[in-house]
Amino acid sequence: MCRLFALTSQEPVSPMLAVNALNVMKEGHDGSGVGLFMSGLGGPFGQMPDCPILSGIFTDKGLRLLDEYAMSKGFLAKHTVAITPKNDPPAGTPRRGTYLARAYEPSAQWKDLPRDKREAALVQARLDLRHMGADNEDVKVFSFWPDTVMIKEVGDPVTVAEYLGLDREEFFAKRILAQGRQNTNYAINLYACHPFFIQGISTMTNGENTAFVPIREYLLSRGVIGYEGYQSDSEVFTHILHFTLNRLGLGIEAYKHVITPLADQELESHPDRAFLSNIKNVCRKLTIDGPNCVIGCTPDGSMFMVQDRKKLRPGVVGGRPGIFAFSSEICGLNEAIPERDRSKDFQPMYLDTAIVGPDCREVKICRQSQSLLRPH
Amino acid sequence: MPSEPVITPSTLSLKDLPWVLDWDKSTCTLCGRCTAVCPVSAIELGVFRKRELSVSVGLKNKPGQSVTVYQGIRQRTDPAYRCIGCGMCNMVCPNNAIQPTSHPEATTLKFHNNRGGQPRTRGGRRNATGSLLDQIKFIRISMLTDPALDAGRHEFELRTLLGRILPPEEGMAAFAQGRWTPPVREIYPLMIGGMSFGALSPNMWEGLQMGVAYLNEELNMPVRMCTGEGGCPPRLLRSRFIKYVILQIASGYFGWDEIIHAIPQMKEDPCAVEIKYGQGAKPGDGGLLMWHKVNKLIAAIRGVPPGVSLPSPPTHQTKYSIEEAVAKMIQSMSMAWGFRVPVYPKISGTTSAGAVLNNLVRNPFAAGLAIDGEDGGTGAAYAVSMDHMGHPIASNLRDCYLSLVEQGRQNEIPLIAGGGIGKNGNLAANAASLIMLGASAVQVGKYIMQSAAGCVGSEIDRCNVCNIGVCPKGITSQDPRVYRRLDPEKVAERLVDTFVAFDVELRKIVAPLGRSTSLPIGMSDALGISDYHAAERLKIKYVV
Repeated sequence: MCRLFALTSQEPVSPMLAVNALNVMKEGHDGSGVGLFMSGLGGPFGQMPDCPILSGIFTDKGLRLLDEYAMSKGFLAKHTVAITPKNDPPAGTPRRGTYLARAYEPSAQWKDLPRDKREAALVQARLDLRHMGADNEDVKVFSFWPDTVMIKEVGDPVTVAEYLGLDREEFFAKRILAQGRQNTNYAINLYACHPFFIQGISTMTNGENTAFVPIREYLLSRGVIGYEGYQSDSEVFTHILHFTLNRLGLGIEAYKHVITPLADQELESHPDRAFLSNIKNVCRKLTIDGPNCVIGCTPDGSMFMVQDRKKLRPGVVGGRPGIFAFSSEICGLNEAIPERDRSKDFQPMYLDTAIVGPDCREVKICRQSQSLLRPH
Repeated sequence: MPSEPVITPSTLSLKDLPWVLDWDKSTCTLCGRCTAVCPVSAIELGVFRKRELSVSVGLKNKPGQSVTVYQGIRQRTDPAYRCIGCGMCNMVCPNNAIQPTSHPEATTLKFHNNRGGQPRTRGGRRNATGSLLDQIKFIRISMLTDPALDAGRHEFELRTLLGRILPPEEGMAAFAQGRWTPPVREIYPLMIGGMSFGALSPNMWEGLQMGVAYLNEELNMPVRMCTGEGGCPPRLLRSRFIKYVILQIASGYFGWDEIIHAIPQMKEDPCAVEIKYGQGAKPGDGGLLMWHKVNKLIAAIRGVPPGVSLPSPPTHQTKYSIEEAVAKMIQSMSMAWGFRVPVYPKISGTTSAGAVLNNLVRNPFAAGLAIDGEDGGTGAAYAVSMDHMGHPIASNLRDCYLSLVEQGRQNEIPLIAGGGIGKNGNLAANAASLIMLGASAVQVGKYIMQSAAGCVGSEIDRCNVCNIGVCPKGITSQDPRVYRRLDPEKVAERLVDTFVAFDVELRKIVAPLGRSTSLPIGMSDALGISDYHAAERLKIKYVV
């Protein structure tokens, strides 16, 4: 089973903090992969919050293809962090070329588009590049979005982080999602590494999604740009969140009602019975069957953790005002934030969504049995 | 038998019959119960004359003879009275001195089943023992990150929806704006298919209704039962139990006067209305209640004279095609209950099912589609229809489901599959297979008769006399002398046993697959089959 660690802080911190937390949970992952999502960036990227940043891995040919593509779209490179390791990769990690995080100054034409068109164009650009690299592996792209950097690689988290030298200022971030992967359902594939990303939304999961095939079929048929890939059975969680926030216009508090609706008997006495029954019916195809712990980050900078209905995966939230962490084991939390009031550590149960807002001041708990605040 | 019998083309010997009675003279007490109970009078009391020669040794005395007479059982070979293998004789025999045995190689009777130029009609199922559903295995067992769940102790929420489900965006918007949304019922995924009051005896019907009410009210299992065409007893229509009932209407409109008249006095809405276009066992053939079963009560409920055959024509002017029905029937039926009741059609499994489905998808009032495959049962049909017409359910359902997936409309129109589920006794496995192939719910009829009432019919032409009102167990008879054999309380009890046992077995299937909170509709990655072509056709894994 994979190990998850996420951190949200008022000040940008090194991703190594998260990687080291994964390391103490080492027994739970087999080093078959590591994934990192960073947003709320410090350093130079933090100075250019409106510029989309492309994250990926490129061969030399891939870099040329990228430049041609960026040029054709009128995107100018503004700041680049390119890691081309010279030393030998650690055992199990292939030599791939250049790990790239590059901020682009977008074309004036792009800037004039309405927001939804701009966002769709970025998703499309990421997909175009991903498709370009589908055959010969010259291009691998994980995200293309302002204030977001993603790194994925096969191997043990700490070894990979040292190999790539991730402890650099450009990658310091206020919000970090990190996963140490235990390869489970499908072949070892870089794109199957968590976290997954779409349009500012990122989530990661451990466990197994037994309802994967029907949900994948359903999402694929929604006609939404970006609902594709699915090299991992858990990738659908990210897209369900995207669907909940962007297509249904609901808040993060409703996510749990979509993926794990209440049973009929529980709904009977619920103050929002009619509304929740409606969600349960119309979103029934998106009900997951776990067992999973989902940790994610929304575009507004909120971070959350939810459990599936069975609650067969552990998860804990803790910290102090200014810095909070979400971890699949308490030892990870102890490693990252040792000075905290441990009595306030919270382990979400099957009805809970634990949310830390962008201000990073407290852990808010939403229970499914409570009234659901929803936008008017 | 005369000393020189006339042998005609249709003279048959016992050897020619598919069922032959083994009668043991030494244990028979000549009580006569077997002949009294035989529904088709295949046996009669017989007097046998036996001549014995006595030849002494030597030449002194001449050989002598003696003639004795004894009583016994004689099996008739006249095709009209042939043994149907129901085994009732054995059931009542105090000494097991008599029982029918199957002669699978005897096919001669088939050539004489058309006396008077009338082809054979019968009830039951297709008389084919094989089942593709039985070949499907569940192969995706959670073993790696997710240990299998405990089927006995884990909580399960295995319910399905009957009714049109709007796409999420549309459903949320409709709710926010307070617009009408199609009625949806959350029900148990195993339904009792349409068997009419007329096809079944009053005791059987009562037993089923009692069992369904118990399941709903005592065990919290929202099981639904379809009436079949033929109406509903007036008291049931006006009771609160009507919410557990799906009312069926077919082209004969039998019993609909009664239903329409009861609407103003109904305390509850029925669960749904099913419009029957076809039945898997006799596709395109309409319904048929033969005159044997139209007694006074049935005649009164159906609004017809007693003692006449009641065929529902395969077509009717008001619903001669699904397109017409989409425009008229579904809407007018919805309107009758203020658009609070889901209305859906039931069709036979057929290559044109996809076209029907596409019409329904575009109709905002259509609440589902029930598809009945060729292995479904019926009370009465021509043997040729039952044996040689129809489409298997698995591939038909799969095509329909995948067509919905392609359009992104899966489960917006719930598909209800039926036809031969559990025909070899594997009810839960067959039902789970169909659910994972894409069915939102499954319906069974014959299995319920077999389990709840002890119907003795089998897939090798055993019994199959549902049509002529002589059902030896009293399940499909309207003759009080026969149906009083059936105790409604016991039927209800057995029905409850069946559903509770099914529930346990379904959990035993879905728990190892890691499913407990949602019905695994379309979870085709769980299925495997060792038939390569079937795997390709159903788009499931080929495993050997």
